[in-house]
Parts: sequence; C-alpha cells; structure tokens
Amino acid sequence: MNRLAFGRLVNTQTVALVGVLLLNWLLFPGFFKIEWQDGRLFGSLIDVLNRGAPVAILAIGMTAVIATKGVDLSVGAVMAMAGAVAATLVVAGYPTALAIVAALAVGLLCGLWNGILVALLDIQPIIATLVLMVAGRGIAQLITEGSIVTFSDPALIFIGTGSLFGFPMPVVIAFTLLVLVTLAVRKTAIGLFIEAVGVNRSAATLAGIRSRLLLIVVYALSGLCAAIAGLIVTADIHGADANNAGLWLELDAILAAVIGGTSLLGGRFSIAMSVVGALIIQAMNTGILVSGFPPEFNLVVKAGMITLILVIQSPFSSQFMNWLGRRNRGAAR
Amino acid sequence: MNRSLRPLMATVIIFAIAYAAAVMQFPGLLSTRVLGNFLTDNAFLGITAVGMTFVILSGGIDLSVGAVIGFTGVLVAVLISSLGLHPLVAFAIALVVAALFGAAMGFAIHYLQVPAFIVTLAGMFLARGGASVITQDSVPINHAFYSYLSSLYFRLPGGGRLSFVGLLMVAVFIVGAIVAHRTRFGSYVYALGGNTTSASLMGVPVARTTIQIYMLSSVLAGLAGIVFSLYTSAGYPLAAVGVELDAIGAVVIGGTLLTGGYGFVFGTFVGVMLLGLVQTYIIFDGTLSSWWTKIVIGFLLFLFIVLQRLVFAASSRGDRAPQKA
Repeated sequence: MNRLAFGRLVNTQTVALVGVLLLNWLLFPGFFKIEWQDGRLFGSLIDVLNRGAPVAILAIGMTAVIATKGVDLSVGAVMAMAGAVAATLVVAGYPTALAIVAALAVGLLCGLWNGILVALLDIQPIIATLVLMVAGRGIAQLITEGSIVTFSDPALIFIGTGSLFGFPMPVVIAFTLLVLVTLAVRKTAIGLFIEAVGVNRSAATLAGIRSRLLLIVVYALSGLCAAIAGLIVTADIHGADANNAGLWLELDAILAAVIGGTSLLGGRFSIAMSVVGALIIQAMNTGILVSGFPPEFNLVVKAGMITLILVIQSPFSSQFMNWLGRRNRGAAR
Repeated sequence: MNRSLRPLMATVIIFAIAYAAAVMQFPGLLSTRVLGNFLTDNAFLGITAVGMTFVILSGGIDLSVGAVIGFTGVLVAVLISSLGLHPLVAFAIALVVAALFGAAMGFAIHYLQVPAFIVTLAGMFLARGGASVITQDSVPINHAFYSYLSSLYFRLPGGGRLSFVGLLMVAVFIVGAIVAHRTRFGSYVYALGGNTTSASLMGVPVARTTIQIYMLSSVLAGLAGIVFSLYTSAGYPLAAVGVELDAIGAVVIGGTLLTGGYGFVFGTFVGVMLLGLVQTYIIFDGTLSSWWTKIVIGFLLFLFIVLQRLVFAASSRGDRAPQKA
C-alpha cells in the first residue's frame, strides 16, 4: 500500500518539478537554503510556493472546469473584480470580514454566471467565459473608478503577507483548498460525475447525472477560487489594480492544468498534479530571476518548456517510443 | 431568406441601428473623415481578424496573433533602423518569418495532436518573449519610404482620407472572402470545421490544410504588425497586447460559430467596424471612460452569442431530440 502511494508520486510532473528545481540549484547554489526568521520560513523554495499559490489556487478550479470539457477564461478578470470589491469596501470603512465575504460572493456570482451560460444556454465554454474576461476588467475599473485603490487594513493584508505555522498565508490557503477539493472529488462521487460529464455529457445526463447542476457548481468553484486568488494578490500589494491584477493568469492556470496531465478534451484530471504544474511554472520563473538571466527570457523559456512537455505527452512520441522499443527487441533477437 | 444568413443579417442590422443611433447623437460621425479613420484605425485589427476567421472556421483558435503583431513590428523596426535594410526587404523577411512560425504551429497542432489553444498559447509566449529578447524599448523607424507609405491616402469627398493601410485592410477582406467562399482551400477549411473525421474521409488533405490555415493566420498577423508599425512609425515588443481577444470578438460578433464550419468573412468586417464604432462613440462622447469600451464589447459578445444560440436552436429544432437535464 505504501509502495503504491509512493509509486503514484513518481510521474512525469513530479520528475519535471524536481528537474526544474535541481536546474535552479545548479544555476543558483543557495536555492535549497531555507531559514527560520521572525517566526516564519524564508528561502527560494518557500518563495516558489508563495508566489505560485495564486496560480495554484486558480488551477484547482480550472482543473475541475477543464475536466468537464470546458475552460474558464474569466478567472484573471474575476481576480481583478474580487480585489477591487475588497479594497473599495475596506477603504470605505466597512469591516474586513464583510469585504472578504463580498469579494468571495462576487467570485461565486461570476462563476454562477459562467455556469449558467454554459449549462443552461449551451454556449461553448471558451466563448461564454470570454464575455466576462473582456467585460470583467472593465467592471473592475468601474468599481475602482480607474485608479489603484490602496489600503492599510492589517487583517486584509495578512491574507497576502502573513504567516501561519511558519508558512506564508497564501501557501496555507492554497494547501487547505487543495486538500478540501481533493477530498471532495476523490472521497465522494463528485469526481466521477465530473469525469463522466467531461467524457460524454449526453451519456452522463442519460445515466442520471444532473449535469447542468454539476456544470454550474464547477464553474462556481472556479469563480470562488479566482476570488480567493484575487484577494491574495490584492492583499500582497496592499492595493487593487484593476488593470494588472491577475492579468494573463488564466493562461498560466490552464497551462498548469495541462502540464499536470489534465486532458483539455475532458474526463481525465488530477487536481494535485495541476498544483504541481503551477509550481513547475513558478519554479521556472523564480529560477530565471535568481540565476540572473534577464527576465525577457522568461516567456521564451516558458514556451520551450510547454513545447517539450507537449511533445513528451503527445501520442506521436508514445508511438515513437513504441517503435524504438520494438526495434530494440528486434535487434536483441 | 436563407436561414444560414440570419446571424450575418442580425450583425448588419445591429451595426446599422447602432450607427444610426450614434449619428443621431453626433451628426459628425456620418462624415467621410470619421469613416476614413474607421478604416485606418482598425486596419491592423481587421487584417488580423481575417486570419482569425479562417482559423475559427476550421474549428481552431489562434491566441498568438497579438504577439506576432508585436514581434513583426519589432523585427521590421530593427531590420530597418539597425541593419539599414530597405523596408520592402524587411517586410518580406518579416512575412516569411511569420509564415514559418504559423507553419510550425500548424505542424504541432496536426502531428502532435495538441489542442490549438495550447499550441498557440506557447506560440504567443514565444513570439512575445522573442520580441522582448530582441529589444525592450520602442524602436523608432525613420525611413523616407516609411513616411511615404504612412502618409499615402486618397482624398474622399467631404475631406475624408482613405489611407493606404485602410485600403490594404479592405483588399485583405475582399481577397479573404474570395478565398473562403470561392476556392478549394476555402471549402477545405469549412469541411475541417464541420467535422475533421468526415473531412479526411472525403479526401480533404487535413495535414496540409491545417498547416496552411495557421500559416495564413500568422502571415496576416505579420502583415497587421507591419501595418501597426506604419501606423505608429515604431516597433514595440509590447504592442498589440490582447488584440487576439479583439480579433476573436470581432469574428464572433460577425456571426462565425466558434465550433467551426459556419461563418462569413464579410461578417467579420462588420464585427470589426462595430468594435471600431464603440470606440469612436466613446471618444466622441468624451465623458465615458475607456473602460466602458470593454464592458460594451463584453455585452455585445454576450448578445451575439445568445442570438446565435437562439437562431441555431430554432433552425435545428426539428432534427434534434429535446434536451432535458
């Protein structure tokens, strides 16, 4: 049983993560050094976890959406909206708890909107969520009235920069969310339902799954995750930037899910591996920064990495491996 | 009226109503000056959107176009300003590079069987990153031929100017429409978008067509990059960020189905003009902030999607069992 659990940990994604981390270590010898200071951990590794948390949280929701054969392009804009709502309310003097609840409610509402478009109006997910992706940032600017709303509320800032048990708060939030969602999809039938809807929605509906409700719930989860990530990003910079908060993070989240082995064609998914995917992306970003490469190379390296992973995962390369294997066996004979 | 023309007619009618309403409020909008600027200001978007129409008709998507615009702009600027090449030579090089780039993406999409979404996302990172590796700054272009091209225009009655880039966009739309609706390649694209498996069984060369579609999209994005550099007389690695969304929006508003197989190049033209109208209206009004553009475009997208949904649901009611969840 133990060996089985360990065996499941060794796969393309974790090997890639370890590989990227080792590469970082080669380029920057102090990469694995972790210090305990002022009651919390410090170090490049912790930094990877901390900076990777928002994308990891997005990836949790995104993975569930992609598993239903959908995609949620609006998460970046929802992040901006949630941040804008929280910051504006706090600045207006409302209690922090209310601001946080309101931000989460906005995320949930956006998710419900997407879910209703996809499930009830049968609109392709990529287009349904494109509406909010385009409009959402405009709405966020409407809320902040075009300026960057800064705040100094300690409780809200704690979400972004505080620490619990020595770990940065974003990491704690992301980990809690990961555990909760993983338990929900793996210890109940929900995960199975999601896969069934992703593989064949009509068949799943005919088999008695309430696929419309399920789709709405999944998009709502994605919206909620986006709102949480938005709160973290906003709290981190002590301000809501409607233009740049979460900009292009939807692409990173989708990428994390794809790197994590979730099929864009629906069905197969693993939330934990998506989080590992998010960490791989962040480890590359951090690696480029700490090893002193110009940050311009970041995107090029990212593109190279995606290409590599896609080639490895493609049916073409497995055919090639089969062919190599057959040839080797033939030669041995 | 032909049922399949309904979404296109809806787009045209909505554009006409919106334009009429805008003219009622600001009579100046009717002048040829504004119309000429419509074409000039949206030239790069329109050229990109023609390529995007082909990609979406085939059931794919190309997220890399904005980055390709930025990349070709920088490439052209550096080739002219730093290496001293003639602009025409630089254009040729940029278009060839864009064509190779698109071919590589089409190749990956077909042979690696990776969704276009992911491949073109990687392409977007590569092109944007490549542009910033070449230079981080805005590279000005000072060349006699460049200023000649960008100041080339026909005077319209009423003082309007039909610029070279505006005409170029119209030409690209006309050629695009002919290619889509009157050539073998065009019908291959529609066939692929309808159903890839049946298309390949019917003898459509799927591999070649896929590669050609993405080549076409990248070449047009490259051309748009050149137009953009003519428009701004500079190349900047962060130029045209997010244009892929505008292009996709224009195509969808123009009545093309994102699942592929249905749509018209002319619809995209109306879509681009509608986006331009929204922007011009907001500039004319003066009190509305620029973020209203995004909200209105989002609302328009929503409107057209729902409209398409209703039209197609009505036309296919007979042959599909009612869906009950």
